[in-house]
Amino acid sequence: MATGDPFLRIDDLGVRFGGADDPHAKEAVKGVSLTLAKGETLALVGESGSGKSVTALSILQLLPYPLASHPTGSIQFDGEEMIGASKQTLMKVRGARVGMIFQEPMTSLNPLHTVAKQIGESLVVHRGLSKSAARARALELLKLVALKDPEQRLDSYPHQLSGGQRQRVMIAMALANEPDLLIADEPTTALDVTIQAQILELLRDLQQKLGMAVLLITHDLGIVRKTADRVAVMTDGAIVEQGPVAQVFDDPTHAYTQMLLAAEPKGDPVAADTSADEILAADDLKVWFPIKRGLLKRTIGHVKAVDGVTVKLRAGQTVGVVGESGSGKTTLGLALLRLQSSEGAIRFDGKDIRSASWADMRPLRREMQIVFQDPYGSLSPRMTIGEIIAEGLNTHGIREGAEVDQRVASALEEVGLEPIMSRRYPHEFSGGQRQRIAIARAIVLEPRFLVLDEPTSALDMSVQAQIVDLLRDLQHRHNLAYMFISHDLKVVKALAHDLIVLKDGKVVEQGPAKAIFEAPQEEYTQALLAAAFDMKAVETDAVSD
Amino acid sequence: MSLSPINQRRVQQFKANKRGYWSAVIFAILFMLSMFAEFIANDKPFVVMYNGEIHLPVFNGYPETAFGGEFQTEADYRDPFVAEKIAEKGWMLWPLIRYHHRTVAWDLPSPAPTGPDSQHILGTDDQARDVAARLIYGFRISVLFGFTLVVVSSVIGVLAGLVQGFYGGWLDLTMQRFIEIWGGLPQLYILIILASVVEPNFWWLLGLLLLFSWTGLVGVVRAETLRARNLDFVRAARALGVSNRKIMVRHVLPNAMVATITFLPFILAGSVTTLTALDFIGFGLPPGSASLGEMLQQGKNNLQAPWLGFTGFLSIAILLTLLVFAGEAVRDAFDPRKTIPGAA
Repeated sequence: MATGDPFLRIDDLGVRFGGADDPHAKEAVKGVSLTLAKGETLALVGESGSGKSVTALSILQLLPYPLASHPTGSIQFDGEEMIGASKQTLMKVRGARVGMIFQEPMTSLNPLHTVAKQIGESLVVHRGLSKSAARARALELLKLVALKDPEQRLDSYPHQLSGGQRQRVMIAMALANEPDLLIADEPTTALDVTIQAQILELLRDLQQKLGMAVLLITHDLGIVRKTADRVAVMTDGAIVEQGPVAQVFDDPTHAYTQMLLAAEPKGDPVAADTSADEILAADDLKVWFPIKRGLLKRTIGHVKAVDGVTVKLRAGQTVGVVGESGSGKTTLGLALLRLQSSEGAIRFDGKDIRSASWADMRPLRREMQIVFQDPYGSLSPRMTIGEIIAEGLNTHGIREGAEVDQRVASALEEVGLEPIMSRRYPHEFSGGQRQRIAIARAIVLEPRFLVLDEPTSALDMSVQAQIVDLLRDLQHRHNLAYMFISHDLKVVKALAHDLIVLKDGKVVEQGPAKAIFEAPQEEYTQALLAAAFDMKAVETDAVSD
Repeated sequence: MSLSPINQRRVQQFKANKRGYWSAVIFAILFMLSMFAEFIANDKPFVVMYNGEIHLPVFNGYPETAFGGEFQTEADYRDPFVAEKIAEKGWMLWPLIRYHHRTVAWDLPSPAPTGPDSQHILGTDDQARDVAARLIYGFRISVLFGFTLVVVSSVIGVLAGLVQGFYGGWLDLTMQRFIEIWGGLPQLYILIILASVVEPNFWWLLGLLLLFSWTGLVGVVRAETLRARNLDFVRAARALGVSNRKIMVRHVLPNAMVATITFLPFILAGSVTTLTALDFIGFGLPPGSASLGEMLQQGKNNLQAPWLGFTGFLSIAILLTLLVFAGEAVRDAFDPRKTIPGAA
């Protein structure tokens, strides 16, 4: 088959969840048509719930049948119809001719088997290789995906590998039988930016080497721009626009695509007065977790989660804290709020609160608040929105019904929600709305200092931009001091006045955000910025997976 | 009466589970009726009008002499002589079943146990007592016992689980080990030994069963609490300065309660069964008390009188079924993720 011929052809595909006469049945995918040629990368882009993963899973018929059904359409893979194909046919295709990489490297490897065994499994099943042959092939694959020390890694268990290493193992598994088609479902979403860049580069290399077709599913337009040949934009179960990447990005015709492209967090932080009042400051802050060993539990060392961070927050300004997972960003935020015990002076309003007791801290709690990353976990599912927001008020002595109602209503209005929503439960809201509720809970007490712990990273791109705008607006209106913790440098760039780059608990670089974004001094910061803005993997010792 | 929107929603969801809702209604009716057992099955009339005076024998004891009889002892209204005396100067209003659970029917046509007839709709047991009357009283004591045991053991169990899960550490470790050892004790033998040391009555039995039943919920609540205490909304509450006690009660407990509530109907059913079992083997309520277990024992001892076994079996089966169905509806009502069909 010549390159360029459609190799995978999906025509008018529909996916329905629920029985034929079930009134709650959901049409997850409606009339999707796609083609994919050998050696081509097609990106399927859309926000959560748009049906992109369901489309990909139906290629391999991996949906929960018979709950799911295909009312319309056909899927032809190399001339063979997949819908309704026999189990034997599907088994031959799955894992052999079509490989799949999933989003979550933590859960998609079996924790009880070694790397060699997991890669070897499909080789034994599909090719009937002997154990030693499978092991040799596994080693070859690990070299192919550029895993360091492949010989030793063969006998590692998944928990001994980092996220990036696991994703490389996943890719090795998917490539084991030299598939013609690789389906990558958000392959880098769970990874740090520098690792993300490495994995994407690896996928590009492999595609060129092996000449396979890649179906890349992602919500990140930056990835699409860098890696895909063609792009299909999905929303609400249907493809609204399809074409070569350059064309779609430069000249989007559908309103949704335009909205998606415009949605990247943009803008600059509100100019801030450098002589504004200092709200909170910490000198040489340390959070060390002791490592205890032996019978007597002697401390033999420390995990230095935060190691000697000095930070100053002024009214109306944002300190951005960036770093990859495990760099101690969140721990730093919790330590400043005295929710995590630490060493080193912390001054709030000039008063040292380092040794304040829980009771001493209580009156100060209304001045300092936190917004968490996961909008699904941070709201008690059994309380109404009104109860959730009013809790802080009740705790701080504002109990009079009318005043509470009035303040809850105005907090909801401030974050752009209707006061009438206060009677509903969190599960009735979308992720973005929940994050607004979490912000309302924090600001109802009229704090002066807010820790924002990755408040946008669980949200869709278009919603992220709205939340960033909201935060900027609130900061301006109430002269709030923010500590904005994020691994997403684009969002940080839109909000931060000052920047702290953390790695392994230590400050790598610290200073005015603008200066660092324009001219990063440290190698690590440079690598981070290159990965985040250009999706470029930088070969340096500062970055490792 | 105005309910908060949350509770309105819960009521709505409870009603949406038709099977559970009707089970709860039927159970409530049966329970209410059994609470008035004295007015349904008794060997005394409700009201006696004698000589233009109203007598209420259910509440007060009257000597036979009050009705023109001869003895100073309490009147036996079922005695034809007394009935005749009263009929001369007034009338009596009888309950539906003219037998108390203790009443021995001396006028049976054949030796006890006798089969169902117009006098005894469910027949009599081997001591010539009316089975229908015993059923009503036995149902009442079983349900009351079950309820009391469930309430007390859940309160203790939930509190213990909550404290363990929330504070963790040594407290948790010590209590877990204690519960493991405690749970390893052979319950039934200890109950039998204790029941032979003391004269068991309702409260003794309750206390004895409570010794072991409280641990049932600890594990569930503890696990839920361990999970909940590290959730973001609990951390958010800490950041708001909410006290530990309030966090436990307001944030952790409600999330642990669903699992608890899911278990409650089964625990209730289990408590009823435990009492029934103890009564069945003769270590339960004092001899002569009406109880479902005693009824089953009668059935076992008198296989020639199948109405005894059938009554005991059917009443226990129906009671447990109703409780479990109603429990399912309660669980639905407390599930915020459950959407009501047709009322979104």
